[in-house]
Amino acid sequence: MSAQSVLFDALGPRGKRTATIINIVGAALLVLSVVFLLIKLKDAGQLAGNLWSSALSANAWTNYYLPGLQNTLISALYAVVLALLFGLLFGVGRLSSNRAIRWFCGLVVEFFRAVPVLIMMVAAAAIGYLIGLDRTIVPLVAVVVALTLYNGSVIAELVRSGVHGLPKGQREAGLAVGMTRAQSIRSIELPQALIAMLPSLVSQFVVILKDSALGQLILYSELLRSARLLGSGAPFPILQTLFVAALIFIALNFLLGWIAQKLAKRLGSRTSGRTNARAPGGGAIQIGAASAAPGGVPGDDTP
Amino acid sequence: MADFLTVLSEYDIAGAYWVNIKLTFFAGIFALVLGTILAMFRISPVPSLNFAGSTYVNILRNTPLTIIIVFGIAVLWPVLKVEFSDVFAVNFFWLGVLGLTVYHAAFFCEALRSGVNTVPAGQAEAARAIGLPFLDSARLVILPQAFRGAIAPLGNVVIALIKNTTVVAAGSVAEISILMREMVENESNYVYLIFLTVAVGFVIIVVPVGLLATYLSKRLAVSR
Repeated sequence: MSAQSVLFDALGPRGKRTATIINIVGAALLVLSVVFLLIKLKDAGQLAGNLWSSALSANAWTNYYLPGLQNTLISALYAVVLALLFGLLFGVGRLSSNRAIRWFCGLVVEFFRAVPVLIMMVAAAAIGYLIGLDRTIVPLVAVVVALTLYNGSVIAELVRSGVHGLPKGQREAGLAVGMTRAQSIRSIELPQALIAMLPSLVSQFVVILKDSALGQLILYSELLRSARLLGSGAPFPILQTLFVAALIFIALNFLLGWIAQKLAKRLGSRTSGRTNARAPGGGAIQIGAASAAPGGVPGDDTP
Repeated sequence: MADFLTVLSEYDIAGAYWVNIKLTFFAGIFALVLGTILAMFRISPVPSLNFAGSTYVNILRNTPLTIIIVFGIAVLWPVLKVEFSDVFAVNFFWLGVLGLTVYHAAFFCEALRSGVNTVPAGQAEAARAIGLPFLDSARLVILPQAFRGAIAPLGNVVIALIKNTTVVAAGSVAEISILMREMVENESNYVYLIFLTVAVGFVIIVVPVGLLATYLSKRLAVSR
């Protein structure tokens, strides 16, 4: 709504008529394109019942989607917990009064934010095999390590910008009652910053969940890989299985996005920081979340 | 170290990076165009266009890019017969560009929209108050400020796009992550050095873009 009110004034009678016409034309085009798509799919034989029933059968769920989803969630959960720890450690490290620590943490965080997750995943898998880890767990470990390093670095940025985003009166009050800088960070600023960043944090979980699908490239048996596997057997319902896998991901991410929004609303009164979740609706401006510029601009969303 | 350099020289690393840069270039342009259209849909006071824009954005940005790329190579091409070229490599490249485009258009749209959202309502009210009609107030007052406010988020999307070009490995496009996989399989002793080389390559590409975006967004910032 806010965007609308900036560019468009409340419409007058003529504007309303134009908007109604465009509205109807737009709706018609929308319906037409959906119909066109369905016709195309039918022509390609993709609406056939046997394709959908084999993609939705009990066997498909118990032997493919659910085990795949389980692996996806396992890797995502490990990555969430470890990324949080990593992010807290390095985020606080970047606020340290010791210049060496600050520099080191800054270097690590900026490096891992600039490197694609897939590159880290491939490297982590290769290193896992090289040092002789159990071959069956290497893919999981590689997925978790790569997701942790990248998202941990993004969370470290969230922690830092969260503390910097607090009104400076908070820090001054801490110093005024005789705390050291470290004490004021620990007992005044960090708790508020963490509450303020919770919505963004939940949005970051969407990124983790989405990026866990990269695991299929290093042969981790996650949801996408099982869907592909199921789709490559007769009667080859690959369109249908990918559709189901995508729906599962979308539903989970919507849920996370919704939680982020609720949190942002509820937590506003518990901190002096700003709680706006990074993306309105559906969360996650994923991509490399704050993948911003080094020393990037805080408070913007985006991938 | 000298050994490692000879190993490196056996692989066409620059050529692989060039593929990523080409992917970024084409997908970036197409996604910006599509994203702009979507942003106009979402900003317009027309419910059906709002609905189309926000549905697209909410679905696409909650879908893993990997699924979109796999969809291109496993469904669009073999099942739905969408083909850009008879040459496999060329076909896969454009399927990859298509996947990157539809995904990142959602993020370009949101970046542009957040730019429009940085413009205070008072600016539009002032423009109307001095009698500017819709097009003039958009052209002279609102969009210039909106564009400046969108630079930082656009920079972030471009950076994300650069990094995400590695995901088209899922679509069999021979870019840097596929080359890297080949290298670590053949030269497993040099895993660490290979990783560092590839990673530093990305740092070299990504950091200047980030610095430029930050510089521009600060320099062109509208002081309020």
